[in-house]
Amino acid sequence: MAEAAPSPTGRIWRRPPLISSPGLRWALYIGTIVYLIAAFATMDINWQRVAQGWERGQRFMSGFAPPDFTTRGDAIIEGVLESLWMAFAATIVGIVLSIPIGVGGARNLVPKPVYAVCRAFMAVSRTLPEILVAILFVKLFGFGTFAGFMTLMFATIGYFGKLLAEDIEAANQLPLEAMRAAGASWLQRLNYAVQPLVMPRAIGIAIYRLDMNFRESAVIGIVGAGGIGATLNTAFDRYEFPSAAAILLVIIIIVLGSEYLSAFTRKLVR
Amino acid sequence: MPALHLENLIKRYERSGNEALKSISFSIGEGQIVALIGPSGAGKSTLIRCVNRLVEPTTGKVRWGDLDLVSLNSSDLRKTRRRIGMIFQEFALVDRLSVMENVLSGRLGYVGFWQSFMRNYPQKDIDAAFALLDRVGLSAFADRRADNLSGGQRQRVGIARALMQEPDLLLVDEPTASLDPKTSRQIMRLIAELCRERKLTAIVNIHDVPLAKMFADRVIGLRDGRVVFDGKPDELNNEALTSIYGEEDWEDAGQRALMKFVHAGEGGPQLDQERVLGLR
Ligand SMILES: Nc1ncnc2c1ncn2[C@@H]1O[C@H](COP(=O)(O)OP(=O)(O)O)[C@@H](O)[C@H]1O
Ligand SMILES: [Mg+2]
Repeated sequence: MAEAAPSPTGRIWRRPPLISSPGLRWALYIGTIVYLIAAFATMDINWQRVAQGWERGQRFMSGFAPPDFTTRGDAIIEGVLESLWMAFAATIVGIVLSIPIGVGGARNLVPKPVYAVCRAFMAVSRTLPEILVAILFVKLFGFGTFAGFMTLMFATIGYFGKLLAEDIEAANQLPLEAMRAAGASWLQRLNYAVQPLVMPRAIGIAIYRLDMNFRESAVIGIVGAGGIGATLNTAFDRYEFPSAAAILLVIIIIVLGSEYLSAFTRKLVR
Repeated sequence: MPALHLENLIKRYERSGNEALKSISFSIGEGQIVALIGPSGAGKSTLIRCVNRLVEPTTGKVRWGDLDLVSLNSSDLRKTRRRIGMIFQEFALVDRLSVMENVLSGRLGYVGFWQSFMRNYPQKDIDAAFALLDRVGLSAFADRRADNLSGGQRQRVGIARALMQEPDLLLVDEPTASLDPKTSRQIMRLIAELCRERKLTAIVNIHDVPLAKMFADRVIGLRDGRVVFDGKPDELNNEALTSIYGEEDWEDAGQRALMKFVHAGEGGPQLDQERVLGLR
């Protein structure tokens, strides 16, 4: 073997920058800063108004204390039960419906036209704000929990389907190849080489979606889609801020509860 | 009678325009174990995947018995694939399924969806799976999850799964490339023994030349999508190696050191473990 030439010491090394052209790099840096400054300049903050508003805000907040659980106790319980039902039903039905759509949105499992249709449906579902969908469904189905259920289910399909599709595409493709080589049918490949790989994360996402649906149910109730949101809306309309505070606390407690539940369940399925 | 006959097989990858196989023709006799050697990128994986059409050949024929595998429609292809077993470099097991489920998945082409979904396989399949697990020394691991096994054990599961298909032809893609030298030898020996026991025809991609010479009946050298060597293992001299891999000092110290390391396993204390596993 040839003798290696002695390497000179003190050679400089730096990590190559992400954007190699220095002109473009500096243009981007400066452009970003100029844009931020310009954006803040157009915001037009009236500091005097902010100072006044601070006081009003404080008065508004103090109107909530102490929270009152009893005056509207029955309505709160009814609202919570309605919202929980809405969230549960929408999560379960939404996920069942989103499985075929999510699988159809995975490029490694279906032909291109199927993929395009499923992805388009999920994109629409994720783009429309839930509050708009809720207004539409309240018009379609009338006031109440059914409109809320439909809204949350529609949103669940887009959300869960999209994450499922991405998980399927990102999973290890080798088992799929092995099943194909063994002559497995499409459904068998799905059951043996896809489902086991995406299942644990899918369960975690499902529980997170349940939590989201419950929180969303409080928001869409305001436009007439039933549940605890409707109760909250009524309390605000009647200026019953202590009752509203109680309702918000109940929502926070339930969301926290679902947080622990999801952590626990994920540990179980790992 | 040739078991497998490739005729002017060409594969051009559309996306890159890369011609990975440039008119390959050769025949393999019934029960022959052929080692396909060549540098990485030579087209070995592409070639065996053109046989079971995990990769669609661009043109050419792959005759197997009286079938032309290239012209099969998708349902006939699925039926034919059942009789072609495949073993992978990265094992291609389903990590979260048990060893038994992985082995039984070799039967998927034979059972209906509902049966496979309920894991309700015919008793004869379960008997065959246990027999194979015994044979590869893993019967104690049947209900262990596949990701709890070592590399060598995982490859044994992969071998058992392929043989569950009761294949007539075995395609093996670098079965030992992810394994240490001693385990590599054990795995190659296991594959060769099983092929001889069951009279399987096999194409084994392998880039470890000494290993190829040890276990194959015939060696085909591939370089840049072309067959540049085809002969008996002992005809694989330095000149042949140069035609396959390019100019290199084939007797160099590194090679000898590797061979010594491989042989060192022979007399060592781990020999007993090998005997326990039924590999000798
Ligand atoms: N899916 C693919 N798309 C495009 N080119 C590919 C693909 N797979 C392999 N190739 C190219 O084909 C050639 C042969 O690859 P491969 O069959 O994997 O060789 P080997 O298994 O001998 O290492 C290589 O040049 C590789 O880059
Ligand atoms: Mg390869």
